[in-house]
Amino acid sequence: MNPTVNDSSRGIRIKGVSKVYSGTARPAVDAVSLDIAHGEFMTFLGPSGSGKTTMLSMLAGFVSVSAGSIEIDGRDVSRLKPHKRDLGVVFQQYALFPHLSVARNVAFPLQQRRMRKADIAAKVAETLELVHLGPYADRLPGHLSGGQQQRVALARAVVYQPRALLMDEPLGALDKRLRDRLQREIARMHRELGMTFIFVTHDQHEALTLSDRIAVFNEGRIEQVGAPAELYERPETLFVAQFLGESNGFRGTVDKAAGVLRCGAHALRAPRLDPRLDRAEGVAVVRPERLSLHGDAADVASGRNRLGATVTEVVYVGDRHQVGLRFADGTTGTATHPVGSPLPAMPGECVTVSWDPEHQSIVTGGAGAPVPPVAAEIPADA
Amino acid sequence: MSDTSGGRQGGRDGGLGWGLRTAVALTVLLLITPTVVVIPMSFSGADTFQFPPESWSLRWYRSFFGSEKWMYALLTSVQIGLLVAACATVLGVAVALGLNRSRFRGLGAVRTLMTAPMIMPGIVVAVAVYGVFIRWQLNGTAVGFVIAHTVLALPFVVTAVSTSLAGYDRTMDVAAATLGATAWTTFVRITVPLVAPGVLSGFAFAFVTSLDEVVVALFLQTPDIQTLPVQMYNSITLEIDPTIAAASSLMVTATTLVLLVPQFVRRERRTR
Repeated sequence: MNPTVNDSSRGIRIKGVSKVYSGTARPAVDAVSLDIAHGEFMTFLGPSGSGKTTMLSMLAGFVSVSAGSIEIDGRDVSRLKPHKRDLGVVFQQYALFPHLSVARNVAFPLQQRRMRKADIAAKVAETLELVHLGPYADRLPGHLSGGQQQRVALARAVVYQPRALLMDEPLGALDKRLRDRLQREIARMHRELGMTFIFVTHDQHEALTLSDRIAVFNEGRIEQVGAPAELYERPETLFVAQFLGESNGFRGTVDKAAGVLRCGAHALRAPRLDPRLDRAEGVAVVRPERLSLHGDAADVASGRNRLGATVTEVVYVGDRHQVGLRFADGTTGTATHPVGSPLPAMPGECVTVSWDPEHQSIVTGGAGAPVPPVAAEIPADA
Repeated sequence: MSDTSGGRQGGRDGGLGWGLRTAVALTVLLLITPTVVVIPMSFSGADTFQFPPESWSLRWYRSFFGSEKWMYALLTSVQIGLLVAACATVLGVAVALGLNRSRFRGLGAVRTLMTAPMIMPGIVVAVAVYGVFIRWQLNGTAVGFVIAHTVLALPFVVTAVSTSLAGYDRTMDVAAATLGATAWTTFVRITVPLVAPGVLSGFAFAFVTSLDEVVVALFLQTPDIQTLPVQMYNSITLEIDPTIAAASSLMVTATTLVLLVPQFVRRERRTR
């Protein structure tokens, strides 16, 4: 089908958009700017109340924009009604028309565009093939499973080749197995259609596996935008580090001159520190799979950061061991250990934990924002 | 409607216990006994009421359809019934839409108030209507009958349509808009077809309410304008004439048919 065209006039441009609901002090969306390239799979990720759904609703036109503008393919759509925006929307609760058959649901947007009958039939058949629902064309939505209904909704939202497909937690109402399957279908549809997809979710796994880029929302703002690997490996804020995957955090003070983060008596090596962080309170964030455990501190290669800890528990999770740790200052954390190699310590015993400074990120302390509980909640006095 | 997915196969395993079975059977018996008595009686060949009949004939049906008085009463009832159904449906749909789509303090109170005509004793309503209509000179007029019966029928329409609207997911309106439909198209192509069964059963209930109503009709009657139930009442107080059995049977049949129509429409839609 259509290959992705990276033409700067196409795509979606969000410029300083805010939304303040009447009767509330804090804006639901606060001066968000974001460019989404044509053909890109962009995910808005965040906890509930972070503004991601409000942002999507403003894109779709369900909610008015308080400030800023939204351009789609070079046209300002901020003041347009939803039916004039030419976008496809998939809702969490499917929103299929229960009195119309699957085929007539999918035909509905084409009829609104006054397409010829024969063309509609052909297009509907082709799109139902795309979602593997050809044999169900004459069924009523009520006679389909949740996963099938959502596929009908997907077909209906892309059949008229809208400028972008917006999805609001489309897998939220499905059970785990169906969710995985539909996730793969959505990824395949994105490849085959070459259409811009905007996907809203609070599920980090969905975001990581599907997206070209993820925008992490928190308290109405975008904390960080980037490719999944970039966000996972190089989080810029504590919120991103904690919301996306598990992480260990070591709080300390940045010493730019020495190139270290001072955590009490320890100094953690921190290469390429941002000069703006000097003297600031920072957190060294390391993913559990980047931590190595050593029974003997002498085994640790030079150049690696190291801390002593006590093993609190060992959980076998099939493909690896999950090792709970308590560090000398009382901080808790998690490391993973391969199943094949012997554990250097059992619960209650001491280990040395080490990691390559390249695999850690120094982030600022999260500006007092409440963050969801994670594996390594660090006491403020650490 | 929205319950198409699961509601139909809701039966539990194991069935009902004998106690519940007996209770259900007794209730059913209680409900259909009058009908079981009156219908055979209407086919009796005897000159007076007889149950069970000793001979069979259609003479009371001939008497019913041959009598100018009875036919006039039937025509009056049907005309008033249709007008009432139309008025009550228009008003009832408006009220139900209003109640469904607005949020304000006292919404619950307004909702309850709407069912007042259902709860109020018929005789109280009748006396009140009679008193007011004397001053307005509406007694014995078709307009008077239609107004009074519309008031009584309104709760049925509001209830039926409200139930329909409660199952209507407003996300569908939003979805239709994103697919390129204007508000009007959405209303015609999505809202109306989905709410229609509720409106239809409201219409049927309103018609039947008016057709069956006797207390208010007795107060409002004049020799010129008498509904079928009034004529039946008058006939049984003045003379013992089994024509009334034929009239009753016809009314039972008509009422049942009218109330079944919305059911069939619904089923038709489900299996399509």
